[in-house]
Amino acid sequence: MDTTVANTGTEGKTWGGGNKPLGASYGKMMMWFFIVSDALTFSGFLAAYGFSRFKFIKEWPIADEVFTHVPFLHGQELPMIYVAFMTFILIMSSVTMVLAVDAGHHMNKAKVTLYMFLTIIGGAIFVGSQAWEWATFIQGDYGAVQTKGGNILQFGEYVNVDGEQKFKRISIDDFAVPVTDVRVEHERKNGLWFVDEAPLPDYTVNEIYKGLEANPNILVRNQIINEEGEKTVLSREESLKQIKENGKLVVKGANLVVNEYGTSLFADFFFFITGFHGFHVFSGVVINIIIFFNVILGTYERRGSYEMVEKVGLYWHFVDLVWVFVFTFFYLV
Amino acid sequence: MAHAHKLEIFRGLWKFKSNTQKIWGVLAFLTLVTAIEVVLGIYKPESLMHTWLDPMEGGFFATLYNIILSPFIYMKPLNLIFIVLTIVKAYYITWDFMHMRDEKSSLRRMVVWTGVFLICYLIFILLQEGGYVFEVYNTDDALIKRDF
Repeated sequence: MDTTVANTGTEGKTWGGGNKPLGASYGKMMMWFFIVSDALTFSGFLAAYGFSRFKFIKEWPIADEVFTHVPFLHGQELPMIYVAFMTFILIMSSVTMVLAVDAGHHMNKAKVTLYMFLTIIGGAIFVGSQAWEWATFIQGDYGAVQTKGGNILQFGEYVNVDGEQKFKRISIDDFAVPVTDVRVEHERKNGLWFVDEAPLPDYTVNEIYKGLEANPNILVRNQIINEEGEKTVLSREESLKQIKENGKLVVKGANLVVNEYGTSLFADFFFFITGFHGFHVFSGVVINIIIFFNVILGTYERRGSYEMVEKVGLYWHFVDLVWVFVFTFFYLV
Repeated sequence: MAHAHKLEIFRGLWKFKSNTQKIWGVLAFLTLVTAIEVVLGIYKPESLMHTWLDPMEGGFFATLYNIILSPFIYMKPLNLIFIVLTIVKAYYITWDFMHMRDEKSSLRRMVVWTGVFLICYLIFILLQEGGYVFEVYNTDDALIKRDF
């Protein structure tokens, strides 16, 4: 290049070219550009979540009642514990990543290898945890009835806990009474051969209503959040009336169409935002593995600089950064 | 390549001997913040569940007061604490893990100011609109009926 550019006599001056106003290499700067744009994408999603939540602020599901499960502790309600664990794993893998970058600065190949390996393990644990979280969310736990207007009615009873009346949820499996007039699921072999039907719910609204009638202790809870920040529990008469007149579909678990926890938008945003974040973590793990093998092969040793580890590290920390916000706005606020 | 690291956090209150030590220090701090968030999230202290100030009625200055103090008027203190702690965590992840502390101020401003400005704008627009749609749905003479 030296032969093609004439000396201008301004070298070293501000506009003379050749100086680095941002003091960063091209690759690092481009990684920062990408991170800024990706941060805007994620904040767009989270702001859209906020938009929908503000729109339905009086009936949004309460996260503490949705995410209560911890692996191996079946049947216990432990909100926050599992996500806190996931957050800690991700922060921890961020630490090993930054330690790898630091070891890279000292050209210490053995340490970079070890820390990159630990980072990959941390990322894999996180993605696995997220898959478990999704599976639990999709499977659901108590079940609910969706009304004609798309609202969700849940079931429970008042129990005495340390002298205090508390509303405890009851699963539809525990009280639904089987009725024999159930509609048979349509199949190709017993109906129109060119039409498919999605599997029918386990129960019909009629079975739920029969069960509700038979158990006078069970009450219905709707989506509206009252003054105390809890969902409104209906009276016995109102409970029966709501199920009989407005009940349309029995839902268990959540998907993109129905959601037993409340507004279906909640599940849509949950799948979309944590899914997009999980995809980032997954691609981060893949990139980390590539860099890990490059480190083992000595590519950066020969290059004389471990800057590539630093660039991947930036991406990895960014993923952690996004999770900090997802954690706050999905599980805490 | 900037090999020189600034080895102090909290404006010099906490100094470290090496970069590795600083990383562990920051981890300790981030873990502490997360632990505080989780404990608050599980126990939800009653005193933090209701807003501290009520909106003022009438007049230009009352509106101005509502706007300036809106985080205290329209937000539960608990949620405000969560959001502040999140931003604190984001700061230390960016500054120490992503080495923003060691970058030139031009690069830092390019990234942080652009992002912060656009994100604030986006949040303002969408939350304002969401609140408006809520009003439309929930006025006394709302035309849209959803409760059936």
